Amino acid sequence: MTQSFRLESGGLINRDKKISFKFNSKNYFGYEGDTLASALIANGVHLIGRSFKYHRPRGFFGAGVDEPYAIVQLYRNGETEPNVKATEQELFEGLEAKSVNCWPSVNFDVGAINNFLKIFLPAGFYYKTFMWPKSFWYKVYEPFIRKAAGLGTASIKHDKERYEHKYEYCDLLITGSGPSGLASAYSAAKNGAKVILAEDKSRFGGTLLTSEVNIGNQSGKEWADSIISELKEMPNVTVKNRSQVFGYYDHNMLVMSERLSDHLPKTKKFHPKQRLWYIRAKEVLISSGSIERPIVFGNNDTPGVMLSSAAKEYMKVYGVLVGKKPLVFTNNDSGYETAIEFKKNGINPIILDTRKEPQSEIIEEAKNMNIKIKNSHVVVAAQGYKKVKSADIAKISDNKEELGSIENIECDCICVSGFWTPTIHLASQSGNKTKFNGDIDAFVPGISKQNEKTLGAANGIYTLEETLKDSFEKGNLTSKKITNKENKFSFPNVVEKKSTVHDKFWCVPLPKGKNYKRFLDFQNDVAVSDIEIALKEGYRSIEHVKRYTTLGMATDQGKTSNLNGLQLVSKIENKVVPAVGHTTFRPPYTPVSIGAIVGREVGKHSKPTRKSPMHLWHEKNNAVFVDAGVWLRPRYYKRGEENLFEASKREAKNVRTNVGVCDVTTLGKIDIKGPDAAELLNRVYTNAWLKLPVGKARYGVMLREDGIVMDDGTTTRISENHYHMTTTTAQAANVLSHLEYYLQLVWPELNVNVVSSTEQWAGAAIAGPKSRNLLQKLFPNSDVSNEGLPFMGYMEADLFGIKARIFRISFSGELAYEVNVESDNGYFMWEKIIEFGEEFGIQPYGTEALSTLRIEMGHVAGSELDGRTIPYDNSLEGLLSKKKDFIGKRSLSRKAFAAQDRQKIVGVVPLDKKTSIPEGSHLVKDSNAPLPNPKLGYISASCWSVEHDNPFSLAILKDGKNMIGKKLFVMSPLKNKVIPVEIVSSHYVDPKGERVRS
Amino acid sequence: MLHIKCPHCGMRSQNEFSYGGDATVKRPELGKEISDQDWDNFVYNRKSLRGKHWELWQHLSGCRQWIKVYRDTATHEIFKTLKANEEIS
Ligand SMILES: [Zn+2]
Repeated sequence: MTQSFRLESGGLINRDKKISFKFNSKNYFGYEGDTLASALIANGVHLIGRSFKYHRPRGFFGAGVDEPYAIVQLYRNGETEPNVKATEQELFEGLEAKSVNCWPSVNFDVGAINNFLKIFLPAGFYYKTFMWPKSFWYKVYEPFIRKAAGLGTASIKHDKERYEHKYEYCDLLITGSGPSGLASAYSAAKNGAKVILAEDKSRFGGTLLTSEVNIGNQSGKEWADSIISELKEMPNVTVKNRSQVFGYYDHNMLVMSERLSDHLPKTKKFHPKQRLWYIRAKEVLISSGSIERPIVFGNNDTPGVMLSSAAKEYMKVYGVLVGKKPLVFTNNDSGYETAIEFKKNGINPIILDTRKEPQSEIIEEAKNMNIKIKNSHVVVAAQGYKKVKSADIAKISDNKEELGSIENIECDCICVSGFWTPTIHLASQSGNKTKFNGDIDAFVPGISKQNEKTLGAANGIYTLEETLKDSFEKGNLTSKKITNKENKFSFPNVVEKKSTVHDKFWCVPLPKGKNYKRFLDFQNDVAVSDIEIALKEGYRSIEHVKRYTTLGMATDQGKTSNLNGLQLVSKIENKVVPAVGHTTFRPPYTPVSIGAIVGREVGKHSKPTRKSPMHLWHEKNNAVFVDAGVWLRPRYYKRGEENLFEASKREAKNVRTNVGVCDVTTLGKIDIKGPDAAELLNRVYTNAWLKLPVGKARYGVMLREDGIVMDDGTTTRISENHYHMTTTTAQAANVLSHLEYYLQLVWPELNVNVVSSTEQWAGAAIAGPKSRNLLQKLFPNSDVSNEGLPFMGYMEADLFGIKARIFRISFSGELAYEVNVESDNGYFMWEKIIEFGEEFGIQPYGTEALSTLRIEMGHVAGSELDGRTIPYDNSLEGLLSKKKDFIGKRSLSRKAFAAQDRQKIVGVVPLDKKTSIPEGSHLVKDSNAPLPNPKLGYISASCWSVEHDNPFSLAILKDGKNMIGKKLFVMSPLKNKVIPVEIVSSHYVDPKGERVRS
Repeated sequence: MLHIKCPHCGMRSQNEFSYGGDATVKRPELGKEISDQDWDNFVYNRKSLRGKHWELWQHLSGCRQWIKVYRDTATHEIFKTLKANEEIS
């Protein structure tokens, strides 16, 4: 395979290193330093895909980030990635890419029929066409659209690559390493500022790589190279290539995606593929340059029509010709530079200049080189289907409205220059109010909202000398403010060719009798006629026109289309462009991979996993774990072939008959100390706390200010001014914040300290009629009798040489204790409990049995304290002190909360005593009532009662107080179940609470 | 992401903080009688201001202190931050 469009010499590629790659299953060669685009063009491949809507042939339009067409499906190291721009993808050995948007092949595409049916696909076609009939949507329209549209296929495989996040602070972030970026970075770095210089491409230098200029006694590229190597040596400077700053967020935080491995055949071991940088910069200098604008003419999307700057870049950087019979169509001097470059490489271009008699140094040079120039000429339409074969050209009148006679000239590419559009995306994202600059027909940054300044071409400054002067100075002044240092140096002499003013011409009129498609948005196939229709149909706001026509909404974000779209709207609406305004620029500036955004927070790293000190024991003993918030808790301990239901029933039954042990380390614990600790508890809990003696625990309920139950738990008085509070696992963090809020803001006079001690203590709940026997074995030197340690009692004891806290509290409703030891001793404690419990038939039990035990006992938990219930609803009204005020009390006297028929917790038993009741089901009076069937309540928790050996549920039921004994229906539309049930007391087991006191 | 100056710790990123609402709301004293209207105003009724707003934040993943932040809700500009015990001026 010969690279027939590769120049004999030149370019910045490494011709000593050949690289083989595949495109659409065909083998090609390129060189190290090529992009996929430059290598394909070198091989004469100009057809790369099909367009989004009409499936028209697509080639290359740009040479970088602005590329709207050349989007491929990339295959690398066994993975595939959609939406890769061939102009940005660096070539590596073994690269494989395929066209997207075409079926069955890029050369013969069935979807291209859309091109002939385009009358049916006008602006807003999504909204108009696929509306009716409704039943067609899923079966006909959606599959059709999905197949016909889209830009590639996402992999459904797990992404094995590693992506990282990095947080960084700097004095100056400089976005872009063109002349303005380099100059400002240099002067800021010399002043000692901490600088990050980010370059999107692999090569530093921006336009200096492609322009014929001299700085000092060096060429532009030499100067760029020397500045970069000097910057790289400086300890206060970070220089990053392949790094795109894509978002400017609040308070000068910018996000940059660094592509570390995308240019390699595979990612090196332990290296990330990409890294996302969160950069907090004191000052930001935006040096993102400008993007050439197209001129709109007939069939301007034909492969071979491309930006003139891109054609120059392919020659100068990659040593590649985009064509051998080029036509340069320009309204300014930039096109001449491209033509001159062609001529230097032995190619004879023809320049069509829309201007009448332009004169400048550059034009002079082109004339001296005998380049053919046709003034007042335009391209009316490109001819050729898969590649430009010729161009219809014509003379245009001085008022730019009348075309002369049309002449067809042969060409194989049309290089277009419609002048330059500053890249103001980052400035606009920062909140900068952009303004229209009539001299360059484009928006430039206006008044800054954040600490940002825009330099050079991004600010509409298009001469090198001015750019460098301005950038050196801004870099110097901005950094001086931060470092208080100023390093004076002399400004280099700049040699560049002078250019003259551009022509404001941007759209070629249609010749009489012709109806060529003239595209504005090349990626979304939005043509001049689409915008005209949208305006005819009454769309006025540019934001609405954008959404209706999808102008500028593709992955290229309208980098090449926005301004021409605005020109058109302003022309039809007879307004000036600034009055039309531009659409909002939103991050990201370029597509960012989901992997980079997620970073390392994937799989089990998506959130932290907390394990108790006894976790290993649970693992060794066949525990099946369940997520409880971020904690992993044993759900049940599997024996043999048991399932969840059988195991949890066995475990719960063993608690009711013998003794069980449950890991309760996850319970929230808060250590409370200070002379006013009791007063704090008295204010945040609903019951009385001032008289709790040392060595006693008490159950308490906390409300929010709106009267809703926030949390419950026991708090124990360890010593005079020291309390140990427990919270539910889920609410632990909120309760701590809640206490801190009142202590710091509302009652700063209270002398109390609170601190989380959840992780300091390992906890084991020992529950069951034989639990005291076990305790006596564990603590032979302590009096754990009913007198020595009564219900709600507390003592400190010695567990074979380690300090333990024993609380006589119960969640299961059985005689029970909770033993706490310092976390490091948790495993030891657990082993001792199991060892000494053996003779009493001890079994560990998990959260499923724990739930069963508390549900049949009627103890409320998270499913009842769900942020919608007040104490009365949970039958906790007995804990509301009448004597004192507490947080949330005043709300309870609000009308709805004091209503007589308020919802209340009840028990629910199926009449057949067999059918399990799904949680979340509704309770209704009549299962056959017409929908919507009035809902009386809902099932909050369900279990299989081990005490009664039948299903039992808790429910929150309207007027629950008066419903005991009534028969209702449980309905679960989700499970398609209707179950006749009886309402019973929520205390299904030991309603008098005798066991806990036994 | 906002950059908030904790009066105790210095400049920190927003993800270390949690938002706590209007800082000018004063909790009625415990034990004092209060009308339904006043209570509702305390519990529920907040101005949704566009502009400068004193608000509470807690430096949750830092010093755990509640602080007062004077912020423009439209522009996110932060003018001043105070410790919990410092009066809004
Ligand atoms: Zn702090």
